Amino acid sequence: MNHRGVAFITGLIFALGLGISGMTQPTKVRDFLDISGAWDPSLAFVMGGAVTVYLLVFHLIVPRLERPVVGERFGIPSRRDLDRPLLLGSALFGVGWGLGGLCPGPALTSALSGLVPILIFLAAMVGGMALHSLKTRLMPIKRD
Amino acid sequence: MNVPPSDLLAALAGGLLIGVATAFMMIFSGRIAGVSGIVGGLIPPRPRDMDWRLAFLFGLVGGGALLRVFYPEAFPEALTAPTATLVAAGLLVGYGARLGNGCTSGHGVCGIGRMSRRSLVATAVFLSTGMLTVFVHRHLLGAAS
Repeated sequence: MNHRGVAFITGLIFALGLGISGMTQPTKVRDFLDISGAWDPSLAFVMGGAVTVYLLVFHLIVPRLERPVVGERFGIPSRRDLDRPLLLGSALFGVGWGLGGLCPGPALTSALSGLVPILIFLAAMVGGMALHSLKTRLMPIKRD
Repeated sequence: MNVPPSDLLAALAGGLLIGVATAFMMIFSGRIAGVSGIVGGLIPPRPRDMDWRLAFLFGLVGGGALLRVFYPEAFPEALTAPTATLVAAGLLVGYGARLGNGCTSGHGVCGIGRMSRRSLVATAVFLSTGMLTVFVHRHLLGAAS
């Protein structure tokens, strides 16, 4: 096993989880975000299930390991500051998520679903990411 | 609220699988399984760390192909959103996730699982703006779905 194998298996299980959970149904996702309509609590169960597993593994197993199974060290973000890009980026992300009912994982999982609108969304999403790369290249980030 | 219990059970089962996938990557590779971070790192591609990012992408898309064959109910029969809406949504999701350093997986699952302050706030923010957007879009602007 190497990083490539781990990443492939992660992606595969991730996609199956997304599909089984209902996250690949944009209308269902929007029903969850629609607290004034016929609210669908499913997504809270998805996040609850996923977070519970991660929480247990991260706090009970990871601290007992010297290093990851195939890696040199754990790459765990250490920042705690709440800066403008974090808040603005998350706010914009939420608007897009609400508009389309799609976030990156479910959209990529649906790439071969045969639904053309997904491909339009994905093309725009890649465009948005490229725009951000371009911006950071032209205007390097200032950390204050 | 009119959701069959089987939907909630499926949501929980799928969520547990997502938890297993993201925890697997942490234990085995020591990395955060954030989709926008992993895939965004391919734009533009850098030869140094391209291979595992592509492998993750293949797994995700390949898993979707398996779903289409063995569990086609995972996908809607059609999506009726207008092209302009899809383009706006995609641009905002792509740009916003990169600017905010994460999306539903990186912040919402891994970040909250680590109890990271930044991820807790990011998740609260995108849930809030997502809810506000659906409210305006559906109930004030009258979007169909």
